[in-house]
Amino acid sequence: MANETPESILDLTAHEQATHLRSGAVTARALAESALARVQAQEASLNAYISVNEAEALAQADAADARLRAGNAAPLTGIPIGVKDLLSTKGVATTAASNMLRNFTPIIDCTVVAKLREAGAVFVGKTNLDEFAMGSSTEHSAFGATHNPWALDRVPGGSSGGSAATVAAGGVPLSLGTDTGGSIRQPAALCGVVGLKPTYGRVSRFGVIAFASSLEQVGPFARDAEDAALLLGAIAGHDPNDATSAPVPVPDYTADLSKGLDGLRVGVPHEFFVEGMEPGVREAVEQAIAVFEANGAIVDRDVTLPSVPAALPVYYIIAPSEASANLARYDGVKYGFRAEADSMWAEMEQSRGRGFGAEVKRRIFLGTYALSAGYYDAYYLKAQKVRTLIRREFAAAFASHDLLLTPCSPNVAFRLGEKLDDPLAMYLNDLCTIPVNIAGNPAMSIPCGFSEGLPVGLQLIGDMFSESTLLRAASAYGALTGWQERRPAFFGDARG
Amino acid sequence: MALSEAEVRHLARLARVSVSDEEVARLQAQLSTILEHFELLNAIDTEGVPPTAQSFDLANVEREDASRPSPSREEMLSNAPKTDGPYVRVRAVLE
Repeated sequence: MANETPESILDLTAHEQATHLRSGAVTARALAESALARVQAQEASLNAYISVNEAEALAQADAADARLRAGNAAPLTGIPIGVKDLLSTKGVATTAASNMLRNFTPIIDCTVVAKLREAGAVFVGKTNLDEFAMGSSTEHSAFGATHNPWALDRVPGGSSGGSAATVAAGGVPLSLGTDTGGSIRQPAALCGVVGLKPTYGRVSRFGVIAFASSLEQVGPFARDAEDAALLLGAIAGHDPNDATSAPVPVPDYTADLSKGLDGLRVGVPHEFFVEGMEPGVREAVEQAIAVFEANGAIVDRDVTLPSVPAALPVYYIIAPSEASANLARYDGVKYGFRAEADSMWAEMEQSRGRGFGAEVKRRIFLGTYALSAGYYDAYYLKAQKVRTLIRREFAAAFASHDLLLTPCSPNVAFRLGEKLDDPLAMYLNDLCTIPVNIAGNPAMSIPCGFSEGLPVGLQLIGDMFSESTLLRAASAYGALTGWQERRPAFFGDARG
Repeated sequence: MALSEAEVRHLARLARVSVSDEEVARLQAQLSTILEHFELLNAIDTEGVPPTAQSFDLANVEREDASRPSPSREEMLSNAPKTDGPYVRVRAVLE
């Protein structure tokens, strides 16, 4: 191809960018410079980043160019990447979008960031999120809301909204998010990109600022399945520093990408087609299921997971309980915000009262309530028992299916402010994604069309450690339909 | 189940989070609505069902009890709001 510029190469997927880096059509330095310029130009409209780290990114790009010249580049060497600001980066401020950590600079890299550093990736910046990853719209950020590139008056979803928005807008081809109840998949759906939540234990959580330790995983945002496979392969694996990481070998996630849909046993559980779901979302998801069926997948609509409707209360007991324990560490003593007051207890209470935002406090109170004397059995223990039932139902479904297909979110991107004063309405937005975290299975959201001009996401849920099957199906569906090729008018450098 | 104002203030004390009167009123209403939604769970029979703490069944993960390098004192203190030489400075715990 002639007349390629760093900007036109930046528009491509990461695996295409890697080809151009290897051929010498572009340098990592030029690619990083165009990514930094684009991200900074888009910030006034998107607010997708909490910090952009130009000096570090350019130094990483120069190191990547040296590796490329020496011929020992890894697949992601020189690729610009956005990192959710919940992931510790050594020497670079990591805020969790909270006033509590506004001035916090980690002294370590989290394991996934260390792995990507080793792979030669270029970290463009730290992306915006709901404070401590608690939210579904990226509006609960102490650094202001992120906007959706498809419609700037709408939310990008959350909590990893910055990571989704910057990939959808072409600032970077890849980014990292975390998913505790849907925080990768729901923003991927609302921004029209690919997002993958790995199996619990597949990716190390060491150095990731903790919210709900039994539920969360780090995972990739990308614009196609191949890119998601590359990034997942680079971050997955056992980590001696995370006792909950799985000692399970990491396969080559790109190996099965071209195997097609033929013979896949697909279940469509009706419990995920919830009351109040938007008709346009239902229509897009039904059309996607028809594409699977027309291309050799065996579709079963009788599969049922009857306890799935209970997943939302289970989640909003377990996640806040774990959060109330995890966030007890913010006492204003060793790090984080400290208020000035006239006694030790007053200082601690005011540090926490002023350092945490409204949604974080709400969850600390919920969790404290669920774990407190007299309520533990009725709430926390009960939720853990129902969690067992939900896990068993998923395991039973995967005894005879390779995949479950569901909507990812019951609605398209909603307007900024629309659900901010109604926490329960906000929580209900995650009805389709939360059950998967309760069970621990891997799942993806992939673009499957539009409703009212806004992207709709199809959720693919797989058996434990079957990320390869998810990626295979996502790759085949993407190639068949081309939905993942659609770009918002805001994409790239040509904005109105 | 509706929470009382006194219960919200009790939770604030357990969690060591200061709250304004306005916040107490808002939390009382919001938490009550959310707790009402939790009542869905009461209808589910969990007789004889063991609890799940996490979804990948690993148990007793141990490492060798060996010494290894730790971060320096300077690094450990680098994020502390108040320090005094090699110490973190806090208000008197016992008056």
